[in-house]
Amino acid sequence: MRTMKLIILNDYDQVGEWAAKYIRNKIINFNPGPDRFFILGLPTGGTPLGCYKKLIEFYKEGEISFKYVKTFNMDEYVGIPRNHPESYHSFMWNNLFKHIDIKSENTHILDGNAANLVEECDSFEEKIKAAGGIDLFVGGIGPDGHIAFNEPGSSLLSRTRVKTLAQDTILANARFFDGDLSKVPTMALTVGVATVMDAREVMILITGTHKAFALYKAIEEGVNHMWTVSAFQQHPQTVFVCDEDATLELRVKTVKYFQGMMHVHNKLVDPQPSK
Amino acid sequence: MPSNKSVSTAPITQFVNCRILRDHKLQREDLWVREGRILDPEKLFFDEEGYADQRVDCEGLIIAPGFIDVQINGGYGIDFSQATSNVRGGVALVAKKILEHGVTSFLPTLVTSPPNIYHKVLTEVKVHSGGVEGAGVLGCHLEGPFISLEKKGAHPEQYLRSFESGGMSDLIETYGTLDNVAMVTLAPELPNSEKVVRELAQRGITVSLGHSVANLSQAEEAVQHGASFITHLFNAMLPFHHRDPGIVGLLTSDQVPQDRTVFYGMIADGIHTNSAALRIAHRAHPTGLVLVTDAITAMGLPPGRHTLGQQVIEIQGLHAYVAGTNTLCGSIATMDMCVRHFKQASGCSVEEALEAASLHPAQLLGISHCKGTLDYGADADLVLLDDALNVRATYIAGQEVWRK
Repeated sequence: MRTMKLIILNDYDQVGEWAAKYIRNKIINFNPGPDRFFILGLPTGGTPLGCYKKLIEFYKEGEISFKYVKTFNMDEYVGIPRNHPESYHSFMWNNLFKHIDIKSENTHILDGNAANLVEECDSFEEKIKAAGGIDLFVGGIGPDGHIAFNEPGSSLLSRTRVKTLAQDTILANARFFDGDLSKVPTMALTVGVATVMDAREVMILITGTHKAFALYKAIEEGVNHMWTVSAFQQHPQTVFVCDEDATLELRVKTVKYFQGMMHVHNKLVDPQPSK
Repeated sequence: MPSNKSVSTAPITQFVNCRILRDHKLQREDLWVREGRILDPEKLFFDEEGYADQRVDCEGLIIAPGFIDVQINGGYGIDFSQATSNVRGGVALVAKKILEHGVTSFLPTLVTSPPNIYHKVLTEVKVHSGGVEGAGVLGCHLEGPFISLEKKGAHPEQYLRSFESGGMSDLIETYGTLDNVAMVTLAPELPNSEKVVRELAQRGITVSLGHSVANLSQAEEAVQHGASFITHLFNAMLPFHHRDPGIVGLLTSDQVPQDRTVFYGMIADGIHTNSAALRIAHRAHPTGLVLVTDAITAMGLPPGRHTLGQQVIEIQGLHAYVAGTNTLCGSIATMDMCVRHFKQASGCSVEEALEAASLHPAQLLGISHCKGTLDYGADADLVLLDDALNVRATYIAGQEVWRK
């Protein structure tokens, strides 16, 4: 099936819950086992936090296990220590990995301190290939419409590589580094647009008014490398999950159309499939 | 789950379902231990791809660093200042019993005694790690005999001494050795004390001011020369006076070197210090407060008469007096009782109460990199408590050594 779905929910918490249920149901329906891992692509940042909290709840209630799940994160800063509180390794450990039953060898995060960064990126692509490709890649969207660190102007055919961060991104990140611009990393390793496009399914989470313009550019305007999330208009299976605030720059007509489909779309998350 | 560790094959224990004291806050986090030390689970996950071999369900209890008692004279019939035929056995008995109070390390304390006692005891009591046999000994606390006659308290007058031969030589002659000595309490107003304070501090021995009539200037000088502790604040020193606060004034003195903290012992048994005085001290200098028991032989024993040093004492309820007088000679409260009383009397937070018995004494002794905290790499000396701060279990180096 080839579909694009826009899921519109009331607020941030509902987005987190819907997305977590979607992931949960996907894993359960996939029925992973020792020879058949479910491959999940994961983001970092404020947007997926609510979703991660819910996934942890589902794990604690015994609804899912991550024993046969492999994860590939989208990105990591270059040059900050792996145990820096703002590294994406720390983020994933504190906000997801330490609370669930995933094995370390099944998690993959780019190493921003690798001796050879290009080799590290190429090797990451190899690992995804060796795992059989990504079943579901979850991502967020930047205010400038970027997916992962594919800043405006990135090639839509790009693969995992070293990227210099845009000024907007550095400014937005300053708040995590004591507001000191000199402490903010200026480079990152990131999956490419094409890397995410290769996933069998993609789910993008968008919440908040500051993301509204980017969402508009991503789905109501054309495919354009200045708004790299727009590339997913050409992906066979994409779900955009957003809250009402994020829809503020969309046409009323678009919003009403997708809101009208919620009773159908909600069947994807409730009820929970039996195992 | 099978282990998959490249750094060590030693078993890893994960304490779950607990609240741990870290970064001065109680946090809902698991605590990981390997080879007797607190382990960084994130490092274990990413660097070693390892996981726990064993999980301990703490059922919602609080995990705090094990308590450290820097002033305890004995207990359960044992008097550290007595030269019995089995000094080591006596220390070991107390060390074992105080595990029930959450104490994982302590300084056996000797009150003013004749030289032969010091010579005997100090050769028998060695610094050693704790374990299933009992709390660890960090060294001895020698409270006297270089103290003030006026403020001798329960110490025997005939054994008081001064630095008449110039200082260190008097010390060596009296004590015999400074090996296994962690702390010395002295009165800084005694002539020649400066050299002694400097020398002791230089050797890494904590110098404490107590049983003294020093004024604030004398106390400040002693601190500048290296003194860092006040023995049982308020007791056996001049009372606070607004034109000369005496030793008590150190709590807010501006003559204390920038990089140093003056710590002060507090016997929070509800008897040695009025709650209002406790609150004044705490509010004036919260980060310096160190809870001590100053427990004596009779701690843990039924009411009646017992020996302390070279004197006889009498227990009445929670009070211990020099027999036939109204002079207090130490307390019989246990460390966990002190923690609870301190919290209740001062209105402080749970974290502050716990740190006063763990972090602060560790900082005082300069060992906070391995004791008194639950930071990664620190020794896994733990006390598990319920919300009312009753001790439920005690661990040393990650091994359970007592359970209620």
